[in-house]
Amino acid sequence: MKYLPLVWKNAWRNRRRTLLTISSLAVSLCLLGVMMALYYALFIGGQPTKSQTRRVVVRHKVSLTFPMPLHYREKIAQVPGVEEVMVMQWFGGVYKDSRDQRNFFARMAAEADKLFRIYQDYRISDAEKEAFIRDPAGCVVNRVLAERHGFRVGDRILIKGDIFPFDLDLTVRGIYSSDELDDETLWFNWKYLENMLRNSPRLAAGTFLVLVRSEEEVPAVCRAIDAMFANSEAPTKSEGEFTFGMSFLSFLGNVKVILMSICFAVTFTVLLITANTMAMSVRERVREVGILRTLGFQKTAVVGLILGESALIAIAGGAIGVLLAQGLCFVIRQGPLIVQQTKTLAIEPPVLAALMVVSLLVGVLSSVAPAVSAARQNIVDALRFTD
Amino acid sequence: MILPLSYNLRNLAVRRTTTLMTALGIGLTVAVLAASFALVDGLRLALEASGHPLHVLVTRKGADSELVSNFERRVFNDLKFKPGIARNAKGEPLASLEVVTAINLASIEFPEGANVTVRGVTPIGVELRDDARLVEGRWFTPGRREATVGRLIAQRYPEARPGRKLRFGRGEWEVVGVYDSPQMARNSEILVDLNQVAADFGREEVLSSALLRATDEVAHQALINELEADPRLNVRARSEKEYYAQQTSSGDLIRYLGTVVAAIMAVGSCFAAMNTMYAAVARRSREIGTLRVLGYSRAAILASFLLESLLLAALGGVLGILLVLPVNGLTTGIGSFTTFTEIAFQLRITPQTMAASLVFALLMGGAGGLLPAWQAARKEILTALREG
Repeated sequence: MKYLPLVWKNAWRNRRRTLLTISSLAVSLCLLGVMMALYYALFIGGQPTKSQTRRVVVRHKVSLTFPMPLHYREKIAQVPGVEEVMVMQWFGGVYKDSRDQRNFFARMAAEADKLFRIYQDYRISDAEKEAFIRDPAGCVVNRVLAERHGFRVGDRILIKGDIFPFDLDLTVRGIYSSDELDDETLWFNWKYLENMLRNSPRLAAGTFLVLVRSEEEVPAVCRAIDAMFANSEAPTKSEGEFTFGMSFLSFLGNVKVILMSICFAVTFTVLLITANTMAMSVRERVREVGILRTLGFQKTAVVGLILGESALIAIAGGAIGVLLAQGLCFVIRQGPLIVQQTKTLAIEPPVLAALMVVSLLVGVLSSVAPAVSAARQNIVDALRFTD
Repeated sequence: MILPLSYNLRNLAVRRTTTLMTALGIGLTVAVLAASFALVDGLRLALEASGHPLHVLVTRKGADSELVSNFERRVFNDLKFKPGIARNAKGEPLASLEVVTAINLASIEFPEGANVTVRGVTPIGVELRDDARLVEGRWFTPGRREATVGRLIAQRYPEARPGRKLRFGRGEWEVVGVYDSPQMARNSEILVDLNQVAADFGREEVLSSALLRATDEVAHQALINELEADPRLNVRARSEKEYYAQQTSSGDLIRYLGTVVAAIMAVGSCFAAMNTMYAAVARRSREIGTLRVLGYSRAAILASFLLESLLLAALGGVLGILLVLPVNGLTTGIGSFTTFTEIAFQLRITPQTMAASLVFALLMGGAGGLLPAWQAARKEILTALREG
């Protein structure tokens, strides 16, 4: 510890080099931080939001694209622990021009009177809620989505049907927000589908959304529902809403491998950068090491000085990197909704700890070789050394 | 007077470790960019190689994909005798009514399961796929619950290998063969008998699409125009090639991610290159003074140091490409937002990617080397000689 001022002075002997190294580390570690945060949020520490823990999605076992008979609703409602069951159907369709990615958002049909009972995190005025429930051609839209497209209460929205053989002509009856997660969804009244598909076999449930009495009962409810339909025409697969969302991840390609490779490449680059700097720095002061040794510094002290300097630089880079990463996470949170985890992306404590460990390791590993070789050098040779 | 290139090369060689470490840093950055391009290119090439130039795909008007299309058998019967449709040896029109659906299968890469296309076709449909050749087993028998799967399906989904049984619809389907098609997207499909699968899903009258083969290129365009213009049919007709080409947008996110990551890494690598070059300049202060005394101009010094940095970066670029070459040919899958099923494809490192990677590396070298080279050129002769 008493050598700290010396380490500090040494670190600043070549100001530009140290600053360049720290900036380089900071930028790379910022990237590593964001990638680790993504990996953590997606595969390790992602948590369902509070109201989500009680919601269960029931879908056709074979594929989400297969419908289930509507009478399942009454059967599911009988399962002990189930508080509410709502029929949902993905409408798809085209809003304005499908070639513009921004025009893509979820358009779901759902039973209007149940929607706000199941999504307890949705906030909407009572007047708007009532208007939505009363209007069989009404819809409610999420606040973020409404802002993006300029939807206001009373506006008409036209959606061209593609999965379904008819178009939607909807009136915005309300704009809702969420305490937890803005899902950028348009919900329209199930009665619209009922009216259009009277007597058609197409009138069926895409998914059922179930509200369970308590989080603890969720696994039992899922098992009970799946067991009930196991041998029927349409076997089901029930899972928590959060897990259900995760199943879309494979759609984006092999995210796990991609994130891992990026993390690996970045870590290795950081190691190279620091090692290079330390090697340069040590080479410059072979003579100085000789003088230190004549003054009575032990070999271990010399090694410690150099390791300490490198660790100091690496940790400084890491700390700035974490701050930058927090900033980048903020930017990502503002971005489009791909998976719900990107909406709450942040550098969580485990990721922070991992980053600092990586920084420290990089600092130490990168300078072991130059430090040991400097300390081993014969004093006389070192003093005679000219670069 | 210009300094000879060998001067720079020898200087780089003398500081081998530093050179190698800096170059490797640049190389890894390049590798990330090249790998993301390899994914996107692989997907694009797979889709571009899909679709027969004479084929016309007919769906319901307004449907972007076959999966969401409701195509009535009645409409098919109305259009299959249109002029311009080629005929087979027996004189039947080469028009295939097809039904497309998706099932969820566990793969080696995604054990939690991915959506796979199941396509019901008639013998004419198999005939239209005449470029597909059986690599194992046989084609499914019409009227039986049998399936012939694409090569990539058999490779990636253990449940869909010959001899195994798939469970979907109202029962089991026996996998009896594997086909391989030069049209990559086709290899991600499971082919079964049209009437069997349509009955299973209650879609005897409302199917998905029709695939037609035109007699020649002129007839191909004429056929599309005629189908599109017929108000009674109310269908969307397009060339099969165009249909696959539009699915390349699935790779957009990966392209975006790869570019952003590589750009951020590039900033880091740039700083590292700058460090190395500054060290080179500082160390060779006397040398620079001497060169100036010998009559080399400031511009020559600037050019020489910049060139050295570019050489360093080029070495990095080459290392990066070498690092990423092993991924060439790996198979992976990505979801198509058009079909909502998985398309399998192979990663491809194209010559363009290699060129772009080198340019990217040189940009890093240029940006990192400019300031140090400028500093070297600005040195006063006397101070330079006294330094070091």
